This record gives sequence, structure tokens and C-alpha cells, in this order.
Amino acid sequence: MAKSNKPIVWSLFAGGGMLSAFVTPVLIFITGLAVPLGLMSLDSLSYDRMLVLAQNPIAKIVLFAVIFLPLWHAAHRLLTTLHDLGLPKGRIAMTLCYGAAALGSIAAAVVLLRI
Amino acid sequence: MTEPTLQVEILRYRPETDQDPAFQTYTVPYRDDWVVLDALNHIKDNIDRTLSYRWSCHMAVCGSCGMMINGEPKLSCHAFLRDYYPNKIRVEPLNNFPIERDLVTVTDDFMEKLESVKPYVIPKQERAVDEGPHLQTPAQLNTFKQYTMCINCLLCYAACPQYGLTPDFVGPAALALAHRYNLDTRDAGREQRQEIAASNEGVWDCTFVGECSQVCPKSVDPAAAIQQTKIASTIDWYKALLNPWGKR
Repeated sequence: MAKSNKPIVWSLFAGGGMLSAFVTPVLIFITGLAVPLGLMSLDSLSYDRMLVLAQNPIAKIVLFAVIFLPLWHAAHRLLTTLHDLGLPKGRIAMTLCYGAAALGSIAAAVVLLRI
Repeated sequence: MTEPTLQVEILRYRPETDQDPAFQTYTVPYRDDWVVLDALNHIKDNIDRTLSYRWSCHMAVCGSCGMMINGEPKLSCHAFLRDYYPNKIRVEPLNNFPIERDLVTVTDDFMEKLESVKPYVIPKQERAVDEGPHLQTPAQLNTFKQYTMCINCLLCYAACPQYGLTPDFVGPAALALAHRYNLDTRDAGREQRQEIAASNEGVWDCTFVGECSQVCPKSVDPAAAIQQTKIASTIDWYKALLNPWGKR
């Protein structure tokens, strides 16, 4: 049997899973709870501050990572869950799931590069 | 006082007379220290000699008596009647395997897969007897000990939705045993096992549902073995990509 090339998607899935588990809850807490509820200053997410953040090359890389890796994680998880539920492993499901993640990744990269 | 009883509904199939498997209900005495296997033995000895099922040790060591008990894969020697009484217990052969007769399944597919992962120590060099034993520290033993506890009872295969959907999938127990030997310091056979384990039908068909580890009566945790193999295979894949001239 030939060795599989699945490590490509699986490494994105695994990396995205790690970020989703450790970083995403914190981001949701800050953007969705702490700032709106006034636990942190409203100013901390202001447009000007975010713009400066997104202009920094290192911050661009971090922002790209927290967007694109969880997208691949979600795409792979959705695909395997659909398979668990009995959907045959077809090209259509694969193209839709991974295609959405790829489009999202490209969009994130383009937007970040243009800031 | 009349003795309490319990109903056991068993999926019967005798290929020479039955078109399709069908349930047959037996009434057995209820004792709170009886397991489902005791009830089956009572039926076999006193009610219906034609009932077929596998068992040997009656103590969760041999791995022969795996069955679906109320829809869950369990060792019938490990499933106490008291956990079901007074309700009826439904006993069926293990899911995902063809039925040979009554509760006996055809396990050839697993046997072939188990053999394919070479579940034995493949030393780098044969060791002569006068070189003495191959010593291993407790820490080295601990890295793989839990995976040695597998008794090949096949509950994990009956629980795995992927094995049901993708019959080519090598499956939990065989992959856990491959991992067990890969981790053994006396072994040098990982490359040979990776031919199977790192293929699409190997660890990559696993979607990490985790049911295998839930039902394992020996706490082997095959799901963890498979995920660890996925990580190691991914590292191999990137190493081969970055160093195409290196050892494959």
C-alpha cells in the first residue's frame, strides 16, 4: 500500500484544532464579552488600534494563522463528520469543504496584505 | 417464593435452516452475581443445546466472548445481569462482522489485518543467546505497556463507525498493536509497519470518533495510539518532503 498524502490536510487540521482549542476561546472572550461588557476598555478594539495592529508584519502572520488554520480544521472536521453520518467520501463534499477553506484562506491573505 | 427470572433475547442464525437471522427469547433464572455469559451457559446446558457462541476464560482475559449486549459491544463475561434486571437483555453477534452461526462471527478480515501490521518484535539484528536478555527500563516499558493489554476481542471494531462504513480500514486494535511494537525499544520494524499504518486505509481512515477507546475492556485506548501514529506519520511526510534524498 502506498503511503498517504493525507498528512497535508491533517497537519492543517491538527494545527487548526490546537489554535481553536487554545486561542479562539480567548479571542471570543475578548471580542464578544470582555469589551462589549466593559470588562476591558472599549478603546482597546478601536479601529485605529486594530489598523496599527494589522499593519505590523508579525501581527499579519499571527492574524492569518488564527483565521486560516481553524478554517482548515473546520473543513476537515465537517468532511469527516459528514462521512461518519453516512455521506459517501465523494469529490463534491471534499471540494466544497476544502474549497471553502482554501477560498477563506486566500481571502484572508489578500485582505491582510492590502492593509 | 418463586425464583426471579430474566428474559434474554438472542439473535439466532443457523445457516443450514434459517433464511435470515431472527430473535429467540429465553427465560433464565436471575442471580445478581451472574453475567450474561452465565445466562448463555444456562441456556446451552438446560434449555437449548443448539445455541452457539464463543467463550473460554470467563474472566475478561481471552477476548472470545465479545457480543452486542443491548446494542453495545461488551464482553459477555463482563456484563452483569444486575445492571439490566428486570428489563429484557438483547444479545446479538458483534456488529460489522458477518455472522457464522448464532453469536459466532467470521473474524477472518481482522486476522488478515492484524497479520499485515506485523505485530511482533522485529529486531535490527538477531540477538545471540549468550548476549543475554535485552534490558528495558521501566520508563521504556511504560511507553507501550498499555497497548500490550489488547486481547483481540474486537469490541473496538464493532464500535467503530468507520470500520462499518469503510471495510478496508485496518482498524483500531491492529493499528494500536502496530504502535505498540513501534514504541518498543527492542524493535526496528517501524518502516515495514508504516507501509500499512501510514496508508489511506491505515490511520488516515480514522475520523477520531473515539468509540474504540470507550468500549475497550482493557483500557488500551486505541484512539490515542492512532492519533499518535498520525502525528508521527505527518512528521515523516514533511521530513520526506524537505529531504527527498533522505531515507524513505
